[in-house]
Amino acid sequence: MAGKSRTILIVAAGIAAIVIAGMLAMHFLSAPSDDLDLSRSKASAAGLYRVSVAPEAEPLRQGPLHSWIVTVATPDGAAVEDARITVDGGMPQHSHGLPTEPQSTGHIGDGRYRIEGVRFNMGGWWVLKFAIEAPAGRDEAEFNVVL
Amino acid sequence: MEKPFRRIFRLVALAAALALGACKPSGFSEEEKRIIGQLRLSELAKLQPDPTNRHADEPLAAAFGATLFFDTRLSSDGVVSCATCHQIDNQFQDGLPLARAIGITDRRTMPLADVAHGPWFFWDGRRDSLWAQALVPLEEAREHGGNRTAYARMMAERYRERYERIFGPLPDFSGLPENASPLGTEAERAVWTAMGEAERDAVDRVFSNIGKAIAAFERTIAHGETRFDRFAEAVVAGREPEGDARFSALEIEGLKLFIGKANCIDCHNGPRFTDDHFHNTGVPPVEGLPDDRGRAQAVAELVGDPFNCLGKYSDAGPEACEELRFMRRDGAELERAFKTPSLRGAAARPPYMHSGQIATLEEVVDHYSRAPEAASGQSEIGGVIFTDRGKAALIAFLKTLDPG
Ligand code: HEC
Ligand code: HEC
Repeated sequence: MAGKSRTILIVAAGIAAIVIAGMLAMHFLSAPSDDLDLSRSKASAAGLYRVSVAPEAEPLRQGPLHSWIVTVATPDGAAVEDARITVDGGMPQHSHGLPTEPQSTGHIGDGRYRIEGVRFNMGGWWVLKFAIEAPAGRDEAEFNVVL
Repeated sequence: MEKPFRRIFRLVALAAALALGACKPSGFSEEEKRIIGQLRLSELAKLQPDPTNRHADEPLAAAFGATLFFDTRLSSDGVVSCATCHQIDNQFQDGLPLARAIGITDRRTMPLADVAHGPWFFWDGRRDSLWAQALVPLEEAREHGGNRTAYARMMAERYRERYERIFGPLPDFSGLPENASPLGTEAERAVWTAMGEAERDAVDRVFSNIGKAIAAFERTIAHGETRFDRFAEAVVAGREPEGDARFSALEIEGLKLFIGKANCIDCHNGPRFTDDHFHNTGVPPVEGLPDDRGRAQAVAELVGDPFNCLGKYSDAGPEACEELRFMRRDGAELERAFKTPSLRGAAARPPYMHSGQIATLEEVVDHYSRAPEAASGQSEIGGVIFTDRGKAALIAFLKTLDPG
C-alpha cells in the first residue's frame, strides 16, 4: 500500500514537473524575461544625468525606420542642452547589434534630442544604449525594449 | 486511503488543463495569434511613394516600363530582356541555381512580387531603389550586355514619343558615340572618358529614366493571396477556418514551429516573410565562383553609386534618404550576410539561397538543423534539431505559402 502510494506520488510529481516545465518553456518562448526593467526614464549609470526616452510615434512597430526622443536633464531636473549623444544597442539573446546606425540629429529644445534611423527588424528583447557627453561628464544609459 | 491520490491526480489534471487551456480556443496562444496576424498579406502596408522617382506611380510610366521589361532589343545580342530571367509565369524568376543570359551570373535570380516594399535590392542590397537596380543588369556583360549610350540612342530612335510624353524632350543625340559607358569594355570606357561632361550627364539622365519607367512597372507586381492567408484571417477573427483554409494537423504543427521553437520568424517576419535585412546563415560558397562577402562588399558600391538616393539623378532631397544615411556601414555582422528572401511562393520555386546552393526544401530544413559554421564571418543560426515529423511539418507549412 505504502509502496503503491509512493509510486503514484512520484508519477504525479513527474507529471506536475513536466507540466510546469512546459508552462515555463511556453512562457520563455513568448516573453524574453518578465522582470526586465522596461522603464523609460532613469538615472544614467554613474548618476550624472536623468535620461528619459520615448519613440517619436506610438505604438512602436517592428520593421519601419523611426525616431526616438531622448531627454537629458541633470539629477535635479535642469535641461541639458549641449549634450552629444551616440547610440548603440542590439539583441542580447541573439548577440547581434542594431541593424542600422541611428544618430542624434541635434537638440530640439528643453534638453530633448531626436535620434533618427532606429529600426527593430525582429520581435523580442532589444537594448538601446545612449552615451551622453556634456559638460558634467560622459555617462551612459541603457534601456530595454520588448517587441 | 484512495482519496489523497485521487486528489493529487485531480490537481495535476487541473494544472495540465490550465496549461493547455492557455492555447485555446483555436489551438493558438494569444501571442501566437498576434504573430500569425502580422504575417497576413492583408497586413501589408500600402506601397509607400518613392520620392526618388517622380514617375513611380504614373500609369503611363508603368506601361512604358512594362514594354521595356519585355523588350529583347535592350541587349547587345538582341535576345535578352529582363523577362529572360524574371519570367512572368514563374514568379518572375527562372528556377535556375545561377541566372543565365549572355553568360552565367554568380547569383540566383530573385522573384519580384512586392519587391518595391523593401529598401534594398539584390542579395547584398547594393542598390537603394528599383530604378537604380534596373540599370545594373542592362550594362552587366553576362546579362543584357548593353551600354548606356546605346540605350539613350535607342530611346531617341525607337521610343521617342513614349519617352517624351513621360520625361519631356530628349536631348539631341545625333553626334553621340554608338557605344560608351563608364562600366563597359575597355573601348567603351575610353569613348566615355572622351565625351564632354554635359554629354555624359545627358546620357545618364536618359539612362536613369529608363530605370524609372521599369521601376514604375515593377511596383505593380504583387503577391496573391495564399491558403495561409485565408487560414490566418480565420484564426485572427476567431472563426473556424473553412474549405481550403482548413489546415491539417501537420501544417498547424509546422506553423507553430516556424513562429516558435524554430525561430524562423526572427528573420522571415511580416507579411512578406522578410525583415528586409542581411544575415549570415552559414550558406556555403559555391566552388569555382569568386569570393562572395555579401553585404560586406556591397556598402562601398552603394555609397559610391551615382544613381543612389543622394545622387543627382534622384528626384528626392537628402531628407528622403534615411535608409542610406542610417544604414549600418561596417561591422562583423555584414560578412557573408545576404538579404532575407520572402518565403511566399518559395516552395514552388526551388532551388534556394543566393547562389542556388540548396536544391530542395528538405535540404533547406536540414541546413537550419545542422547550422554549419560560416565560411567567413559568424552564422546567426543556432541549430534547432528537428524530428522527422518536425521537418515534414515545416515543409508542409511552407507549402501553404504558395500562391493559389
Ligand atoms: C541574367 C538574368 C537576369 C536578367 C536579364 C535580369 N535579372 Fe534581375 N536579377 C537577376 C539576378 C541573378 C539577381 C540577383 C543578383 C545579385 O544579387 O547580384 C537579380 C535581381 C534583381 C532584382 C532585385 C530583387 C530584390 O529582391 O532585391 C530586381 C528588382 C531585378 N533583378 C530586376 C531586373 C530588371 C528590371 C531587369 C531588366 C532591366 C533584370 N532584373 C534583368 C537576374 C537577372
Ligand atoms: C537569422 C535569420 C534567419 C533565420 C532565423 C531563418 N532564416 Fe531562412 N533565410 C535567411 C536568409 C538571410 C536567407 C538567404 C541566405 C542566403 O542566400 O545566403 C534565408 C533563406 C531561406 C530559404 C530559401 C529561400 C530562397 O528563396 O532562397 C528558406 C526556404 C528559408 N530561409 C526558410 C527558413 C526556415 C524554415 C527557418 C526556420 C527553421 C528560417 N529560414 C530561419 C534568414 C533566416
